[in-house]
Amino acid sequence: MGKQEQARQSVSFAIVGTGGAGAITAGSLLLEAAGKAGYAGILTRSVGPQIRGGEAAALVRLATDTVECMPPAFDILVAIDWKNADRFLADMPVAPGGLVVADPSAGEVPAQIGESGAQVIFCPMKELAAGIEGGRENMIAVGLVARLTGLPLDVVSDVFSSKLARKGEAVVQAGLDGIRAGAQQADGFGRDYPLAPARPVKGKRWLITGNEATGLGAIRGGVRFAAAYPITPATDVLEWLAPALHRIGGTLVQAEDELSSINMIMGASFGGRASITATSGPGLALMMEGLGLSAASETPVVVVDVMRCGPSTGIATKSEQSDLNIAVYGFHGDAPHVVLAPLGVADCLFTTQWAVHVAETLQCPAIILSDQSIGQARVLIERPADVAFIGGRKTWAAKTSEPGTDYLRYAITADGVSPMALPGTAGGQYTADGLTHAENGNPSSRSFDQKNQMDKRQRKIEQFDFGDRWGVAEGSGTTVILTWGSLTGAAREAARMLADDGTQVRLVALRQMLPFPTEGLARALEGAQRILIVEQSHGAQFHRYLKAHADLPGEVRRLNREGPRLIGPEEITATIKEWSDQ
Amino acid sequence: MNATQFKASDFKSDLDPIWCPGCGDYHVLLSITRALSKLGRAPEDIAVVSGIGCSSRIPAYTNCYGFHGVHGRSLPLATGLKVARPDLTVLVMSGDGDGFSIGGNHFLHACRRNIDLTYVVMDNRVYGMTKGQPSPTTEPDWDSALAPGGTGLRPFHPLVIALASGANFVAREFSGDIKACTNTLIEAINHPGFSFVEILSPCVTFRPDEREWKKTVHKAIVEPTDDPARAARRIMTDDGLNTGILYRGDRAPYHAHVSDDEGDVAALETAFEI
Ligand SMILES: Cc1ncc(C[n+]2csc(CCOP(=O)(O)OP(=O)(O)O)c2C)c(N)n1
Ligand code: SF4
Repeated sequence: MGKQEQARQSVSFAIVGTGGAGAITAGSLLLEAAGKAGYAGILTRSVGPQIRGGEAAALVRLATDTVECMPPAFDILVAIDWKNADRFLADMPVAPGGLVVADPSAGEVPAQIGESGAQVIFCPMKELAAGIEGGRENMIAVGLVARLTGLPLDVVSDVFSSKLARKGEAVVQAGLDGIRAGAQQADGFGRDYPLAPARPVKGKRWLITGNEATGLGAIRGGVRFAAAYPITPATDVLEWLAPALHRIGGTLVQAEDELSSINMIMGASFGGRASITATSGPGLALMMEGLGLSAASETPVVVVDVMRCGPSTGIATKSEQSDLNIAVYGFHGDAPHVVLAPLGVADCLFTTQWAVHVAETLQCPAIILSDQSIGQARVLIERPADVAFIGGRKTWAAKTSEPGTDYLRYAITADGVSPMALPGTAGGQYTADGLTHAENGNPSSRSFDQKNQMDKRQRKIEQFDFGDRWGVAEGSGTTVILTWGSLTGAAREAARMLADDGTQVRLVALRQMLPFPTEGLARALEGAQRILIVEQSHGAQFHRYLKAHADLPGEVRRLNREGPRLIGPEEITATIKEWSDQ
Repeated sequence: MNATQFKASDFKSDLDPIWCPGCGDYHVLLSITRALSKLGRAPEDIAVVSGIGCSSRIPAYTNCYGFHGVHGRSLPLATGLKVARPDLTVLVMSGDGDGFSIGGNHFLHACRRNIDLTYVVMDNRVYGMTKGQPSPTTEPDWDSALAPGGTGLRPFHPLVIALASGANFVAREFSGDIKACTNTLIEAINHPGFSFVEILSPCVTFRPDEREWKKTVHKAIVEPTDDPARAARRIMTDDGLNTGILYRGDRAPYHAHVSDDEGDVAALETAFEI
């Protein structure tokens, strides 16, 4: 063993190489092995615009406790090659005390790596792999990283063997030899980054992406029908849902476009099945007319928008929080609806399940604003708790024989929710309509019908008890980091870093974007003297939204930027520190 | 229930149509309620789905479950409904603007998908609701304010397109021939898969010339065929006023797997455990 480092609560590494080099496979394998060994972790991929091949990097952070974002800088960077490295190295700075392991055959180490202050060690991964029959350089990288981080080699080897068992003994043996050879190399480096012992957890850990968690949340909430048109980075939600729904008696239809998918799920919902679609910004734009019909006809639907860099095609594989405006304001007419945003990868499950429940209960459209940064991140977590939010639609049972009990689909009720008759129910026949209608559903252009129905649709959402799930408020202090959705993890980490430095700050993050959580937020911001608004939007959509709906106490500043460069904890802490120094 | 237990009036709501006096769509409504009464299904087991247009007003005039959606999207709405609720009989009602222009793409894919739906397009070769603009089936020289002197564009041929896209049943009728319409609708509904029926339905207000249809339409002097090539030749060479069942295919309808079982969600979750 080399120089003994103190055991760490968290260690991070990046494995880079051209598409074919298997960097992502290597990172995924290590993440899974870490999970087996009892650790938490997160993996994100950095991939180029090429359909296949091109540059790829697996960014992994392992920790003894839940982690929700990437670190400011990586401890270890293993470069199988440097091709197109300039395009993505900015995403993975190496810490000054870090270690770069590079294949000497890959050529010169890029200048920015040299400037990081990290130590560079050359290791002939390709040559070592060539010396093993069927050997692959990414397995050498796996062995290297396993040894450097102290992950038990037998666990890594077991995970590899069970994953590759169906490819035959020779393939498994070659991989295991590669892992061992990599580990031996690392022994000679004189460096290590050992993780502290894993904390025991109840039950088995889960390995799941945000998009998968979204799919599972939908199913837990009662969704049995989906229709969608593929779009990056939402396609994974659909590709997970299609077979999953099939296994439990549901179905996913691939629609011809998003105009179709939104209407298909509305049709299925009219038939009584909780339904969902997933898309990204361009698709959400196409769905807006349909969403208006969902609001007017009071047919519940859930639309997941896995946001990417926009406008237009933008950067399909990278994240942004720039669809807040369209989600909140994109409807024509006044169309009360719900917009929710998951607060991290694991929270995609809860938020989606909750969204299904809220949409079904309120018979309105609900939009979920997830994004690429959490949708496509893979995390090791404890099994998400079961929550009781399932379905919830108030249906109409059957006609009684009493006179004057004719069914009124859009009956004006105190809570604004009118029981919905499902096709097949005798006496409940009505026509769902986007035309302004009377209580019985008949088209109407009378002003009181327009007013009464609009009042009712607004009332059902305003009067609903969303409980304390509007967001999170953590920590204390008069300085607040105020953010929403996917940036919560980075903001939380920043608050922790500042606390370690002796500065107490509050973290306030919104999950419920619409209806605006006026009271919850006001309570969370009480006594605040400085508020830093953090968001991944060039136009500061969140800040402007807050200005329209909240009284923000004290002095307000913002840290906002377009994608693809994610706002990280270090930037947030630096901004807060700079502010305190003034 | 026995088919004879229902009357056409059981399928008619008490809402008065907004249509102009003499509009062909009244006849279509009559044929629809007559056809539905012959199916042996109660009104609550039938859903009538539409888009926007004069013709698309029909759902609320029936006593079935209805969905009057947005312009051009009746087929997706009906697709979702039928896949989620295969137990229902689902009729989709549209106009030539709704179905062939703004909703044209859905038409192709609904034919392809071959879900057990009956798609009725009330073709009046004009946009009635928006007061007289040319539609995809309008003649190239038809003069209007929006296209003075005519569009100069070749009309769209819905039957050929339905056939080429995979519809399993293709027919054309004239709204004024209520008996033929009723019979064809019954056959279309009972035929498995996607059935397409174009009903020539005069817009007396913006296309008064279409009043002549009652004289100019004529029955196809052919037996229905299950050979798409023969059907294509017939349809391609007819004058657009030929009525009858022109194609009856035997392609297996799309069948989705849906059940009311809760399903074993716990089993899905084990896939995430490591
Ligand atoms: C998105 C959208 N665009 C335009 C309209 C206006 N519009 C209403 S009906 C219609 C055309 C209807 O024509 P057709 O489908 O032939 O039905 P008809 O009225 O002739 O029966 C149009 C353009 C609309 N309702 N929605
Ligand atoms: S405008 Fe034409 S299509 Fe519309 S109701 Fe009048 S006659 Fe019928």
